[in-house]
Amino acid sequence: MKKYILDLRVVAVEHPREGYALLKLTNDEGTLPEMVPGQFVEVKVDKADGVFLRRPISINRICREANELWLLVHAVGEGTRTLYNIQAGDTLNCVLPLGNGFTTTHPAGNKVLLVGGGVGTAPLLAYGEYLKERGVHPSFLLGGRSAKDLLQLDLFEQVGPVYITTEDASLGEKGFVTQHSVLEAEHFDAISTCGPKPMMMAVARYAHAKGITCEASLENLMACGLGACLCCVEKNHEGHNVCVCKEGPVFNTEQLQWQN
Amino acid sequence: MAKLGVNIGKLSLKNPVMTASGTFGYGLEFADFINLNDLGGFIVKGTTLNPREGNDYPRMAETPSGMLNCVGLQNKGVDHFCKEIYPQLEHLDTNVIVNVSGSTLEDYVECASRINALPHVPAIELNISCPNVKAGGMAFGVTPEGAASVVKAVRQAYDKTLIVKLSPNVTSIADIAKAVEAEGADSVSLINTLMGMSIDIERRKSRLSIGTGGLSGPCVKPVALRMVWQVTQAVNIPIVGLGGIMNATDAIEFIMAGATAIEIGTANFIDPAVTIKVVNGINEWLDNHGVKDVNEIVGCLKV
Ligand SMILES: Cc1cc2nc3c(=O)[nH]c(=O)nc-3n(C[C@H](O)[C@H](O)[C@H](O)COP(=O)(O)OP(=O)(O)OC[C@H]3O[C@@H](n4cnc5c(N)ncnc54)[C@H](O)[C@@H]3O)c2cc1C
Ligand SMILES: Cc1cc2nc3c(=O)[nH]c(=O)nc-3n(C[C@H](O)[C@H](O)[C@H](O)COP(=O)(O)O)c2cc1C
Ligand code: FES
Repeated sequence: MKKYILDLRVVAVEHPREGYALLKLTNDEGTLPEMVPGQFVEVKVDKADGVFLRRPISINRICREANELWLLVHAVGEGTRTLYNIQAGDTLNCVLPLGNGFTTTHPAGNKVLLVGGGVGTAPLLAYGEYLKERGVHPSFLLGGRSAKDLLQLDLFEQVGPVYITTEDASLGEKGFVTQHSVLEAEHFDAISTCGPKPMMMAVARYAHAKGITCEASLENLMACGLGACLCCVEKNHEGHNVCVCKEGPVFNTEQLQWQN
Repeated sequence: MAKLGVNIGKLSLKNPVMTASGTFGYGLEFADFINLNDLGGFIVKGTTLNPREGNDYPRMAETPSGMLNCVGLQNKGVDHFCKEIYPQLEHLDTNVIVNVSGSTLEDYVECASRINALPHVPAIELNISCPNVKAGGMAFGVTPEGAASVVKAVRQAYDKTLIVKLSPNVTSIADIAKAVEAEGADSVSLINTLMGMSIDIERRKSRLSIGTGGLSGPCVKPVALRMVWQVTQAVNIPIVGLGGIMNATDAIEFIMAGATAIEIGTANFIDPAVTIKVVNGINEWLDNHGVKDVNEIVGCLKV
């Protein structure tokens, strides 16, 4: 897929929760480039103290009719705090689309479970919509410490069944995503997951034990996002370092050293 | 339009702008953003005789105006380059230069001689300055004797343009430059990264898997410029300058300090199209100042 450097205009900024910003971007120069869910954008953060490198942010939603690209940002440091404070009308310089993206070849009729935690739920919205449009049935299993960590639930509910766990029982079932009853009650053909690494590893172990295909989207530290610097590597099952930004960020979990 | 062509040994560049090894992949990663043929040349990833896995993750830490890396020369080895990568690059109308690394003299020589056999690679950049590998690499680059020994051995096996990349982690970079010039290097490029550290105080751990890493980006530019200027006064061979170049102004500073050509590294991560902007910016500056040929300003610095 061809990559571009684009100045995207911020059409609107919403703050669905304290500390989170939803940035709706558009391309005034033409239609947004071809991209698939699970790919990401390297965003240049201007006027942020000490921020030198671009910041990788997942594609949260692709709205073709509105020519909009959505990014959901969790403010955790100087770079993301600056993005949190961005205003409608500002422009963001973006390199996109980067990485491989989630599986696009599930047959129609299959049931796919999308498991997310924290801001890791962001790319699952775009992916769920993508699957639904192609006749695949997505379900969502979303986890957080507390109800306030779960975002965009109304949008997820329009796409497929939503199952929730919280550690403090403020919403859904109490506990971690891998403890949710739906995992026993229903059968899924495949799982895709994005979120904190311990959560994804637990999901991968569950899938491995059940013999279900599982893919995970990694968030390793990146410098270039283009496969040029080899800073972002993860060890694969053969013990080789593979580039997360180019060969990933989505990997079949059997291809990683996550079983032990 | 000023004349932008420059020569490094037997190598002619259509303009002085090249890219730095390890920051530009094999060039192909940037082909969506720029026309590679518009570059004076590009220097591919550090290549070694045998495949190397490199160091463990994490390999990168952002710093004020720069970054540290400890990639550790991950590459699939010279034969992989010759068989899989070279066929994708050989038709380009620019200079494809291979950065050659090793841990023993024999490795350097064998790697260089295999590259020597590739008709469309007109030069190598001998990396005697990588701070991120235990054996070899920088070990050769920190004494005039060590540097001379590798260059002498490689010179016998390699008859095209030989550029030697120098480490800034030394007391006198000019002495090292003189030593490699004496052994027949056609050019020196400088600087490689400066050794540094970054610590996560909450975890009381280094942010890099091997503890230290190499610093690059605009934070190293003043040091790099100073070194280029010192080496200019010490040797007669052409110099390739790099370290923190972000724009045409930075590039012209290096040229005025004595660099015949320049390389752009870390800046490619911030703007994947920066190289072409630098080519255009140099041209514009020359035109605006009535300079007909970029060679007129090489080393024009008055202190
Ligand atoms: C492919 C990919 C997709 C991502 N998608 C999103 C997204 O959709 N929304 C979102 O809010 N964030 C996303 N992230 C994480 C985001 O890039 C980081 O949070 C951001 O780079 C931190 O920058 P900062 O300047 O705010 O914080 P820094 O000051 O750089 O760091 C603050 C804290 O965040 C941690 N951190 C830094 N980088 C990362 C990282 N890559 N992953 C996890 N923790 C990190 C640091 O260790 C530190 O503790 C993604 C990361 C990757 C690699
Ligand atoms: C991620 C990364 C990888 C690098 N790998 C190599 C390498 O393989 N061989 C080499 O000679 N220099 C390597 N370098 C050093 C650069 O080529 C260059 O000398 C240095 O980064 C200074 O230039 P800059 O500030 O423009 O980046 C690497 C630098 C970075 C940031
Ligand atoms: S971030 Fe540079 S190779 Fe992945």
